[in-house]
Amino acid sequence: MKQAVHHWRAQRLTAIILIPLCLWFIFTLAGMTAVDHAAVSAWIKSPLNSLLLILFTLALFYHAQLGLQVVVEDYVGNDSLRNCTILICSIAMSGAGLISILAVLKISLGL
Amino acid sequence: MSRGNRPLSPHLQIYKPQLTSVLSITHRGTGVFLSIGALFLACWLLAVARGPEAYALLQGYMHAWYGQIMLYAWLFSLYYHLCNGVRHLCWDLGLGLDIKTTYASGYAVIASSLLLTVVTVYIRCIQGVSA
Repeated sequence: MKQAVHHWRAQRLTAIILIPLCLWFIFTLAGMTAVDHAAVSAWIKSPLNSLLLILFTLALFYHAQLGLQVVVEDYVGNDSLRNCTILICSIAMSGAGLISILAVLKISLGL
Repeated sequence: MSRGNRPLSPHLQIYKPQLTSVLSITHRGTGVFLSIGALFLACWLLAVARGPEAYALLQGYMHAWYGQIMLYAWLFSLYYHLCNGVRHLCWDLGLGLDIKTTYASGYAVIASSLLLTVVTVYIRCIQGVSA
């Protein structure tokens, strides 16, 4: 029960964080005159943008994992298949989240 | 387990689609679809980190017709999920739970997500570049 409350709260909290960050990300990219490598990496390099991008990807992949879990719990009847699917989703989302953060750090630190 | 007279979840096969139920399932559908989009975002960041060659390769896929379809589908899905998500957050606060408001906010979600998509595409067009 406590876990379910935590899940519910985390889903709402990440949703609220994602509203401004999604709009920021889309409108900034949409408004860029050039989206070539130089322009995009220069944009990511700025410390504020790096920080916001890390926050964005953290909230995004956490929110995606929580959402996928709910969908799988509702539609997969078989116990072991359900747990296995949830595990695969968590690994995929945490892995992609980690890759995203490392990529942003690499760009921002100029490694 | 005895279910007594308790109401059951709707059986989707015999359940008449209504605006509310269609919007609800679309919220889940776009959520799953956007999770795949999130994986693509990770690939995009990784390509930027790898350097100009990897980025140009990915951009080639993004500029292809199938890439464009995916990007615009992700864009609309994101706006839909965002707008309907705000609707859900209002419900969590106990706002707009009556039938009439639920339908009105449902139409508002469709209209605003379409509008946001058009505005974004328009901003992109002003810049003279696609996606």
